[in-house]
Parts: sequence; structure tokens; C-alpha cells
Amino acid sequence: MKLAARERIDGVARTLFRTTGLIVIAILGGIFFMLVWNSIAFFLKIKPMDFITGTQWDPSGEHYGILPLLVSTCLVTLGAMAIAIPLGIGTAAFLSEYAGKRWKNILKPMIEMLAAVPSVAIGFLGIVVLGPGIAAVTGQPNGLNALNGAILLSVMALPTIITVAEDALQGIPHTYKEASYGVGASKWQTLTRVTIPAAAPGILAAVMLGVGRAIGETMTVLMATGNASAFPKGFFHSVRTITATIAIEMGEVPYQTTHYYALFAIAAVLFLITLLVNLVGEHFVNKFRKYHSA
Amino acid sequence: MSNDLVKLSAKGVNLWFGNKQVLKNISVDFEPNKVTALIGPSGCGKSTLLRAFNRMHDLSPDARIEGKFMLENQDLYEKGLSVTQLRRRIGMVFQKANPFPKSIYENINYGLKINDIPKAERPGIIENALRESYIWEEVKDELEKPATRLSGGQQQRLCIARTVALRPEVILMDEPCSALDPLSTLKIEELIVKLKKDFTIVIVTHNMQQAQRVADKTVFMYLGEIIEEGQTKDMFANPKNELTANYVKGHFG
Ligand SMILES: Nc1ncnc2c1ncn2[C@@H]1O[C@H](COP(=O)(O)OP(=O)(O)O)[C@@H](O)[C@H]1O
Ligand SMILES: [Mg+2]
Repeated sequence: MKLAARERIDGVARTLFRTTGLIVIAILGGIFFMLVWNSIAFFLKIKPMDFITGTQWDPSGEHYGILPLLVSTCLVTLGAMAIAIPLGIGTAAFLSEYAGKRWKNILKPMIEMLAAVPSVAIGFLGIVVLGPGIAAVTGQPNGLNALNGAILLSVMALPTIITVAEDALQGIPHTYKEASYGVGASKWQTLTRVTIPAAAPGILAAVMLGVGRAIGETMTVLMATGNASAFPKGFFHSVRTITATIAIEMGEVPYQTTHYYALFAIAAVLFLITLLVNLVGEHFVNKFRKYHSA
Repeated sequence: MSNDLVKLSAKGVNLWFGNKQVLKNISVDFEPNKVTALIGPSGCGKSTLLRAFNRMHDLSPDARIEGKFMLENQDLYEKGLSVTQLRRRIGMVFQKANPFPKSIYENINYGLKINDIPKAERPGIIENALRESYIWEEVKDELEKPATRLSGGQQQRLCIARTVALRPEVILMDEPCSALDPLSTLKIEELIVKLKKDFTIVIVTHNMQQAQRVADKTVFMYLGEIIEEGQTKDMFANPKNELTANYVKGHFG
């Protein structure tokens, strides 16, 4: 009697979990299918070559070149990483090797809170604080440009990078460090020549996750980068990322037009990029695990 | 104070982790070019004592140390003394072989770089250290191989080579054979006996036969205190203390 009841619960649970699993897969498949389907519709009207090499994104003039958007996205992301990678790894190293309990107790919750700040709030800071700041320094009329977006994105990517990199550093067996101290190495030498190289796969994973976070971010860059559709000229110029373009134009475009399909096509490109970044990151995380069990 | 027959010494040493006292009024001398074995039941503080000599406890914030440690005339805990210099004079081989996740060559080269040994001298020193540690013949053709691919016994000999390469005066070994098979253990014991020509060696061991095979002198510890010390032969043949007698006969441990 009891046994039968338990088995019934087991059966129900199994069905339940299998159903939720299937729903997740179905949703993912649906999204993917929708992206591909609409992209195909787009490429029936616009030559893929024109899409990939076109330097102009001007839907009203029937110009659908992805390059300006792609370059904008890369510019902002690279800028963000140039700031967030050294800062993130530095902070992770400080937390894992130097910080005492008190520092950790202050810093870690702050970093977690940073991760919880909504992107619209960070974008807002970009408009009212960072923008005027950059404008004042550069003498431009406003500071809504790639640099602004890059700085904000770096702030948003930092929590991910710090947390994952710190885990990687913490995971390095204590025996490596002892061996290094044992031959007379200082703390700094041990950190830079033994601990960080040993944690390199995990740190790379951290960087990849940070990149993924930055590339896909929409609201912040939408608010902070000015969204000029001209081909991006540099950090001190307004840019328009793939995400921002989709967010801006999707609300106004008539259904089933070339423009409508075009937005799916650039979304598919974004999807491919983040997929690639995640795969590379995942690869390093796995390598890191293997390395630990060895 | 200076005494030709004392290389390394501890005097009146007490050590606490938090408020737990782990070493109690330890005084001990180690003679130059001798192998001294530290024996005693698990948890009696052998590793803790050993690690105090090259100041590994500097890394644990809750360790508190009292007493005097001397390497010849050098007070090891003197204010302003460079710990990294000190660790070059007092090398350490750990319980579990801990090669760096680098190549065999780089495992030894690392210490040489850290200690600013001129580049031109390094290959010779590395070969010599590997020869001295009786592992050269086994690895000479694959110096670029990751050290983690060596067998446990080879890894431990590599770790000894890494220590030997820096020409320390004292080598501390914390149960260097505890994770090894009998054959590798014998190889390392042979190596230890040969190394004492050039180094002063202190070895922690759980293995009574090993202590008798390699050590000139033996120190028996129990619950953080030194109970008895003396020539290894005497101590195993005629232990003065009843605890020592029980321990060396294997009644507890
Ligand atoms: N870093 C540490 N923090 C707190 N307690 C420690 C630490 N290291 C060792 N101990 C304690 O000190 C005692 C002696 O340990 P140890 O010196 O490793 O013994 P042995 O090497 O003789 O087996 C043990 O009770 C151990 O739990
Ligand atoms: Mg021990």
C-alpha cells in the first residue's frame, strides 16, 4: 500500500519534470525556428552578400547592411571588456588572495548588489551622470557615445567576471601555492606565475561569460550610446548596436515587410555570436573541471 | 650560542591555532649533515613544528607562535628578515607530491627564476638537480612533458629536485613517502641518505622502518610535546620513556 503510493508519486514527479523539460526544449526550438524562418524570408528579398558587406543600415532606403550595427556592437563590447577584464581579474585576485574577512564581507555583497541593479537604472546613470561627464571632458555637445556604453557595460559585466574568476582562483589547490612559497616566491610572484596561469581556463570562462553579458545587453546601450545610424567612427561617436536597433525599430515596423524580416536576420546574427561565445566559454569551463579532477 | 653541532634549532616554542595549543614548550636541535626523523602519532604536531621552521604559518592568520627558531646564528622570526630569502635556505618537500602544472623542466626552472639565478646557469643546475634526485635518466628525453603525467614516485623525486636545485642548507620533508608504493619509497630513502652529505635533513615519518633506515637521530613527539630524542639506534633498541616504547613497538599510532 505504502509502496504503491510512493511509486505513484514517483511516476507523477517523473511525468511532471519530463513535461517541463520538454516545454523548455519546445520554447527554445520555437525561438530558433522563428529566427531562421524569418531570416530565410529576408534573404529571399535581399542578397546575403549585400547584408553582410553593406555599410549602410537604412531601412527606408532599402539598405540593409549589418556592418555598421555589427561594428557598433563589437566596439562597445570590446571597450567594455578592455575595462572589465583587468578590473574584474584584479578584483577577483584581491578577493581570493589578499582580502581579509572584513574586506570580503564588504565587497562580496556589494558585487552581488551590482549584479542586481536593473539595466535601465544603469542606462539612466549613463544619461545623467556619465554622459555630461564625457561631454565636459571631450567638449562635445553630449556624451552619448560608444565610450559611455562601454563603461556602463563594463560595470554590468564586472559581477559575472569577478565571481567566476574568483571561483577559479579559489579552486587552485593550496599545494601549488605552498610549493611556490616553498621555493622562496613572494605572494605576488605566486599569484602571477602559478595561481593565475593554473586558473587560466576558469578565468577565460569568466571573460567569455562577461562578453556574452555585454553583447546581449540592450536597454543600457540603447539609452547611452546615442543610436546614430551612421557608420561608427570611434569611441567618441554615437553608435547603434544590434540590440538597440532591434529594440528601437521592432515597435514601428509593419508586419511581414522586408524591414520586419531584416530585424530577425540581425537577431539571428546576434544569436550566433552569443552562442559562439557561450560555446567557447563552456569549453573552457569543462577543461577547467577536467584539470581539477586530474 | 653558535655551536658547530647545531644547524637548526627551536627553543621554548609554543604554538596555537586559535586558542588550541598545538606545540608545547618544544626545544630541539638538528645537527648539520644528519638526517633527523620526527615521529609520533597523527595529530601530535609534527607537521606544525616542521612548517614553523620555514615560516609557512605566516600564511595562516590564526596561528600564534612563541619561542625562538635559529638557523645557525640567524633568528628565523627576526623582524625585517626576508621570508623569501629564508625559504631559499630552508627548503621543503611536502607530504603529497605537488609539482606545478607546468613542464618537468619548468618545475625546477621556476625556483631558479624566482631567485634570480642567471639564465645561462639554469640548464646545468636543472640537469644536476635531476641527477642528484635520481630521476634524470627517466625524464631526460621528455623535459617538456607536463609534470603531472609522471608517476607519484617520480613526481615526489621531481619535487625533491626542485628543492635541491636551490642549494638550501636544510631540507624539511613532511612524510614524503606516505603516498608512494614500496619501490618508490625505497628509491626516495636512498636519495635521502645520499643527500645528507650536502644538506641537513629533517623528515617527518609515520613509518618506523623508514625512520630506522634513514635517520641518524630520532625525535618522538606526543600531544605537542617532545617526549624523547636521541640516536635512532638507541631510541628503537632502548627507549627510555614508556610512551616511546609503546609507540615504536607499534602499540598505538
Ligand atoms: N592551519 C591549522 N589550523 C588549525 N588547526 C590546525 C592547523 N594545522 C594543524 N592543525 C591542528 O594541529 C594539530 C597538529 O597537526 P599536525 O601538525 O598536522 O599533526 P601531525 O603532522 O603530527 O599529524 C592537529 O590537531 C591539527 O588539527
Ligand atoms: Mg602531518
